[in-house]
Amino acid sequence: MNPPEPILKVEGLSKNYRQAGGESTPAIDDISLEVQEGEFVSLVGPSGCGKTTRLMCIAGLAEPSAGRAVVKSVEVAGPPRNLVLVFQEYNKSLFAWRTVLGNVLFGIESKGARVAGAEAKAGRLIEMVGLVGFERHYPWELSGGMQQRVAIARALAYEPEVLLMDEPFGSVDAMTRLELEDGLLKLWKELRTTILFVTHDIEEAIYLSDRIYVLGRRPSRVVQTLDVGLPRPRNQIATRADPAFMRLRNEIYRRTADGSAE
Amino acid sequence: MKPRRLNVSGFAVFTAALFFWEILSRTRPELQSYFPPPSGVLRALAELSVLREILRHLIETLGRFLSGYLIAAALAVGAGVILGYSRTAYSFFAAPIELCRPMPSVAIIPVAILTLGIGNAMMIAVTVYAAAWPILVNTIDGVRHIDRTLIDTGRTFGLGRWKILRRIALPAAAPHIATGLRVSLPIALILVTTAEMVVGASGLGFYILDEERSLRTTNMYAGVAAVALAGYSLNRLFVAVESRAMAWHRGASGKGSRERE
Repeated sequence: MNPPEPILKVEGLSKNYRQAGGESTPAIDDISLEVQEGEFVSLVGPSGCGKTTRLMCIAGLAEPSAGRAVVKSVEVAGPPRNLVLVFQEYNKSLFAWRTVLGNVLFGIESKGARVAGAEAKAGRLIEMVGLVGFERHYPWELSGGMQQRVAIARALAYEPEVLLMDEPFGSVDAMTRLELEDGLLKLWKELRTTILFVTHDIEEAIYLSDRIYVLGRRPSRVVQTLDVGLPRPRNQIATRADPAFMRLRNEIYRRTADGSAE
Repeated sequence: MKPRRLNVSGFAVFTAALFFWEILSRTRPELQSYFPPPSGVLRALAELSVLREILRHLIETLGRFLSGYLIAAALAVGAGVILGYSRTAYSFFAAPIELCRPMPSVAIIPVAILTLGIGNAMMIAVTVYAAAWPILVNTIDGVRHIDRTLIDTGRTFGLGRWKILRRIALPAAAPHIATGLRVSLPIALILVTTAEMVVGASGLGFYILDEERSLRTTNMYAGVAAVALAGYSLNRLFVAVESRAMAWHRGASGKGSRERE
């Protein structure tokens, strides 16, 4: 029995920057991965291994030096209509001149013509990310965690089939981070959006994902693919205390350590 | 921050200066043909015939000012957004802009007379020319400094170049654009008044010069006071509108981002 055609497929994708001499580094750090519809997949790797760059290529915001990304059987050339990227730097990505409601409405407006009931829909999303009462606030009036929730609500308002997330919780404090993880899992469960999540936090990747692609440091290519298989719904205490969780964590730590030692 | 309150000490200095002028003028009558007492100027303004005359010219001046200023704003913001966004366009026009901008704009008046004659069109044209520079330069600057992430956000949401310009670059650069508009406001008024002095048959610039030539010094000062008051009021009005429209920006930049609290 063949598995269904993946909604997102990345084949031998690499992105090299030309060095001062004009020579580009050899393309040994290509990655390949597949994401099935409705899956939550993480790409985890050490800082500086080019995760963001690769994600930009998948999002069609940068051009790969080699390889390709395919979304719903269409090769990515420019930003695909059915995919949206959530940036790590939410404070640079949110529209400072728009309120929370305005930012979320932007996601709906970007789909095309002004949809009837757009405000009601934006209101529902704001409720889902727990920001009721802050509709008329500007981003600067919110904490970092709240700002990133606005950015996520705005992305979901666009109704993407694939949501790419680039270390979205990388710049918030640890407590907020746990809250945001649980919030994201709840949204994912309700909306069944396919998510490709990039992080350098191994535990975060395990906690959230169905499957994990582990990137080595150098060459930064996929060194391991892991099915998480932990029961859902997950729980910050129970899941993280699960022996299977520990095993996965140790396994990934070992693999990334190997990668850097080579 | 509330809209600026009246600056009491500054106001006191201004009043004291007028008072000193009043005294000097009254004690030295031989100076009065050059420096009539301020009270005399006020009395002139209170005279219905003078006031009506000044108001008539003020309306002419304001009409030209508004036409020139608004045309300049539309042209310079439009061009500035494109030049700020497109590296190619910028590379073509950056040098010409830097060459033309430092030239005192009044130098364009003879050219305008030559090509457009001495009517309204000429006066509005020089106003547009002079007022456009600060708006253009500030708009370009504002758009060029937009963070890459903001533009990429527009792209990932499927916006094309034109929509990114209109819906992201324009509002993101709005605080810079507002600065340009504020700088241009008095410049536009200066050019209108100057043009009126050179070629006008109406307007406060014409009135001031005409009264001076007719040795009606008091009326001349009344005209100067009127144009000063117009400039001051326009600026106050602008600042009031700007602080309302840019409230989001003052908050965002004033408090800074509150993450890592």
